[in-house]
Amino acid sequence: MNADDVLLKVVNLKKHYNNGAVKALDGVNCEIRAGEVVVIIGPSGCGKSTFLRSLNLLEMPTSGEIYFEGDMITDPKIDINLHRQKIGMVFQQFNLFNNLNILRNITLAPMKLLKQSQQEATKNAMELLARVGLADKANHYPSQLSGGQTQRIAIVRALAMKPDVMLFDEPTSALDPEMVGEVLEVMKELARSGMTMVVVTHEMGFAREVGSRVLFMEGGVIVEQNEPNAFFAAPQSQRARDFLSKVL
Amino acid sequence: MRFALAAGDLVAQFKLNFINGDRWKWILQGLLATLEITAVALVIGIVIGVIVAAVRSSYDKNKESMKVRGGIGYALLSAANAVCKVYLTIIRGTPSVVQLLICYFIIFSSWENGVPVAMISFGINSGAYVAEIFRSGIMSVDEGQFEASRSLGFGYLPTMRYVIVPQAFKAVLPALGNEFIVLIKETSIAGYVGIMDLTKAGDLIRGRTFSAFMPLIAVALIYLCLVLLLTWLLGKLERRLRKNER
Repeated sequence: MNADDVLLKVVNLKKHYNNGAVKALDGVNCEIRAGEVVVIIGPSGCGKSTFLRSLNLLEMPTSGEIYFEGDMITDPKIDINLHRQKIGMVFQQFNLFNNLNILRNITLAPMKLLKQSQQEATKNAMELLARVGLADKANHYPSQLSGGQTQRIAIVRALAMKPDVMLFDEPTSALDPEMVGEVLEVMKELARSGMTMVVVTHEMGFAREVGSRVLFMEGGVIVEQNEPNAFFAAPQSQRARDFLSKVL
Repeated sequence: MRFALAAGDLVAQFKLNFINGDRWKWILQGLLATLEITAVALVIGIVIGVIVAAVRSSYDKNKESMKVRGGIGYALLSAANAVCKVYLTIIRGTPSVVQLLICYFIIFSSWENGVPVAMISFGINSGAYVAEIFRSGIMSVDEGQFEASRSLGFGYLPTMRYVIVPQAFKAVLPALGNEFIVLIKETSIAGYVGIMDLTKAGDLIRGRTFSAFMPLIAVALIYLCLVLLLTWLLGKLERRLRKNER
C-alpha cells in the first residue's frame, strides 16, 4: 500500500469537555486506507462514537488534525459540507427524514447537492432499494417501516451520494434482535463490494467476519489494533482481554 | 329578570340596538376594524417571529462551531441574539394594553389614526410569542434529523429548509393556532386608543341605548364565530399535514 491510498488520517485528535475535565478523546492517531473495513470496539464511554463522529466533524475536536483524501478538514477555513458529501454516515437511531417518503429521503441530497436530475436520482435510488430488497417501500414514510427496514434505507440514503467512505455508528444497537441480521447482511455485502468502512459496533461476529482491522479503544485512546483473527485469538493488552472476556 | 324577556321584547330590543339609527353599521365597522388589525398584526407577528426564532435557534445551534472559527459572523449573531432576548423579555414582561398605550401616546404620538398603531403594537406583541412557538418547534425536532442532513453535506440553512422547518411547522401548528385565537381576542383592547373595533362598537351602542344585553352578547357571539371558523380551518390544515406522514 502506498501513502496515496490513505483516505483518512487522524493526528493526535483530542476532544475535551468542561475545559479538559472530561477527555472523551485523548490523542488518537490512525490511518484508514481505501478498501479497509475498520471495526472500532471498546467499552461504553471509551470514546469510540466520539471518534467516529469526529471523522466528519459532527463533533468538533478540541485539537488535533484530520485529513480526508489529503485535505485537512479540521482547518476552520475549509468547506466541510463538500467533504461530507463523500463521507456517508449511518446512525444508531436511523434518522431518516420523517417529513419525506423513502424515495425523497434517498433522492434529496443527490438532487440538491450533486445536481442530479429527478429521473437520474430516482433511477439510482430504485436500484439501491432493489439491492437491499426494499424497492416496494419507495412511497412509504419512515414511520411505516420496521427498524431493520429503516436502517437498510438509511444505508441506501448514504450510498446514493456515492461516498468514498462509510461511517457506521452502532448501526444495529437500536434494533430488535431479529432485525440485526438483515442490516448486517447489507453491511457485509457492502464490504465485499470494496467500500471503505469504519464501523463502531458491539457485533463481534461482524468484526471477525468482515473486518480487515480491529481498533480497540479505551479511555479516549486506541489501546490496541490488529487484524481481527489475531486480535480475537490473542489480544495483547490486559484491557482488551478484560473487555473480550465480558462480551464474548 | 332580563333572561325572562318575552319574544316581543327581544324584537324590540333588537330594533332599538341595531336597527334604529343604523347602529348595525357600527358593529359591521367595528368587525372590519378588528379583522383588519388582526390580519396585519398576524403578518407582522409571523415575520418578526420567524426572524427572531431563526436568530435564536441559529445562535443556539451554531455558537460552538462559530466560536471556533470566530470572525464577524459570530459577533453579529451574538449581538442579534442579545437584541432578540431583550425584545422577548420586554414584550412578554409587560401587559399588551400598556404596550398599546405606549405605542399610541409616546412612540407614534404624531400619528392621527390609531389603527396602524394598533396593528404595529399587536404585531410586535404577537411576534414575541410566535418566535418562542417557532423556536420550541425547531428545538422539538430530533437532533438526529439535523445530524443526518449535515452528514449528507447539507449546510445549516438547507437543512432547516428541507428537513427541520417542515417538521417544526407541523409540530407547532396547534400552538400557533392558539396564538392567533388569542390575538383576535386581544385586539378588543384597541378601544383604549380610540379605535372603534368590534368590542368598542358594542360598548358604544350600550352607552347610547342604555341596554347592555343585546350589543354585548352580539359582540361575544361574533368573536365566538370568528374563533370557531379559525379553529375549523386550522384543524383542516393539521389533518392534511398529518395525512402525508402516516
